[in-house]
Amino acid sequence: MNVIETERLTKRFGDFVAVDRLDFQVARGEIFGFLGANGAGKTTAMRMLCGLSVPTSGTARVAGFDIGRQTESVKKSIGYMSQKFSLYDDLTVAENFRLFGGIYGVPSREIPSRTDEMLELLDFRSEKNTFVKSLPLGWKQKLSFSIAIFHRPGVVFLDEPTGGVDPVSRRRFWELIYEASDRGITVFATTHYMDEAEYCHRASIMVDGRIEALDTPARLKQAHGAASMDEVFRNLARKATRRAD
Amino acid sequence: MILRYLLEKEFKQIFRNRFLPRIIFAFPCVALLVFPLAANFEVRDIRLCLVDHDRSHASSRLVRKIAASGYFKLSRQAPDHRSALSSVESDESDMVLQIPPGFGRDLVGTGTSRVTISANSVDGVKGGIGSAYLSGVVAGFADEIRQEIHPEPAGAGPGRIETVPRLRFNPHLRYESMMVPALMVMLLTMICGFLPALNIVSEKEKGTIEQINVTPVGKSTFILSKLLPYWLIGLLVMSIGLVIARLVYGLVPLGSLGTIYLFACLYILAISGFGLAISNHSNTMQQAMFVMFFFVMVFNLMSGLFTPVSSMPEWAQATTRINPLSYFIEAMRCVYLKGSGFRDLQPQFLALCACALVMNGWAVLSYRKTT
Repeated sequence: MNVIETERLTKRFGDFVAVDRLDFQVARGEIFGFLGANGAGKTTAMRMLCGLSVPTSGTARVAGFDIGRQTESVKKSIGYMSQKFSLYDDLTVAENFRLFGGIYGVPSREIPSRTDEMLELLDFRSEKNTFVKSLPLGWKQKLSFSIAIFHRPGVVFLDEPTGGVDPVSRRRFWELIYEASDRGITVFATTHYMDEAEYCHRASIMVDGRIEALDTPARLKQAHGAASMDEVFRNLARKATRRAD
Repeated sequence: MILRYLLEKEFKQIFRNRFLPRIIFAFPCVALLVFPLAANFEVRDIRLCLVDHDRSHASSRLVRKIAASGYFKLSRQAPDHRSALSSVESDESDMVLQIPPGFGRDLVGTGTSRVTISANSVDGVKGGIGSAYLSGVVAGFADEIRQEIHPEPAGAGPGRIETVPRLRFNPHLRYESMMVPALMVMLLTMICGFLPALNIVSEKEKGTIEQINVTPVGKSTFILSKLLPYWLIGLLVMSIGLVIARLVYGLVPLGSLGTIYLFACLYILAISGFGLAISNHSNTMQQAMFVMFFFVMVFNLMSGLFTPVSSMPEWAQATTRINPLSYFIEAMRCVYLKGSGFRDLQPQFLALCACALVMNGWAVLSYRKTT
């Protein structure tokens, strides 16, 4: 069963076509890598799927709801982690869990036990009452991810979740993604790191607003006669006419 | 209840801010303790230059009377009008009183005489009020002389009209009695207008609003969570104001406190809603600040706070009808000085209801979760 289905999904800003007639499906429980150069339209496409941006034309269904007409139902069923850290840094770790848990309708009795469970998973217990602003970037990202899946959504959208952190932290972050996937959460993630692309079940590569390739990493490499996803990406991205922003 | 969690967050953020709680207390104290005492329209110590061409018993009596009034200081005795004017030009004096030759003789003989008053009106308020004071003293002096020459029972003189002003509601024309209730309104405008205006846009700048927009939070719930904290803060500020008015100025509303709080509740809703709407339309805090500053300045100056609405030109009076400040200031003054009750203030009440509805409707509609 598909959790995400798009049909000619398009976004224009004036004459500029940021996202051009996307057609793809993501199955339940999949880890889907959404790759592309800067300015290829990844974030714009993801924002439409999350209900933050209205498509110019075309449609998409996320978790069974139409993103145009059932936006609020879509929002209930997804988690989202934006590219820029956007939790409240003047609240503590536990308070952020409480706030977003409450907003997503997690019963108030369950919030403390789920918070402890999450902190356990992150190995974060000592930081429960730390103000978020004093956490290092890698920890902030893990926290954002945990908050995005705290209400146990069907699908979680991650926009460059590991930007700017060291390889060890990235590795640890992907372990969290696998754990979430094992619990049945579909993961839709953009990334610039091609080693991360190898971890995905399937990956798409966007060039100039369109999806140029979509398959499992193994088959993509085979089709392009490449040794790594990095090579596949370079092959495709070379065709881009649009300049990165 | 999503609202509960959002309110919890707003209050934590306000109290954790190192700056906000202090300013919320300091602002009403400074505004109510300093402005009414220091920045008022009372004019005193007017420097008067005297040109006495008469040098009679009557003229020196007049000068003593002027000095005794307490508003004037004799800065100089000039030999003629020209040198008196140069004393004004060199900013040694504010006003000139010229007593012509034969002043005393005419006054005693015919009961009438003339003096010339010239005032420096670069500061129009000082010039106008100063010359009014001085004319008053001179007229009083003339009456005194007349009484001495032709003693007559009070009010029985033929062809003379004596006016006795009876000032209702503020009999001593105390500036504080009129200004303090209005300054409380200004305070609420500053605190409950500016803080919400900066709030939503600061979430935009930090990026936290994106994390909220991707959740199922309702638009009205979100706006309500922004509105309610300022509502409580506003009522707190209002209470501090009422206490200062009582303790420092001895001002107690003649009408009921309930009416004051009812109007305050409505007014805060209106002005905070306005602030939130501005915040929704702004992309940076700088933008929100400037736009808010513009409106608050217009609201303040066009509300009857400093100058009466009834003496504004027609078009300006029309603008006060959409200015929530003018209704609240009117209501505050009426309750404080006239003891007006809710029934007397129904038009103002309805107008403020309308303002609150429009502003908050606008705030909810202008909050966009999707672009």
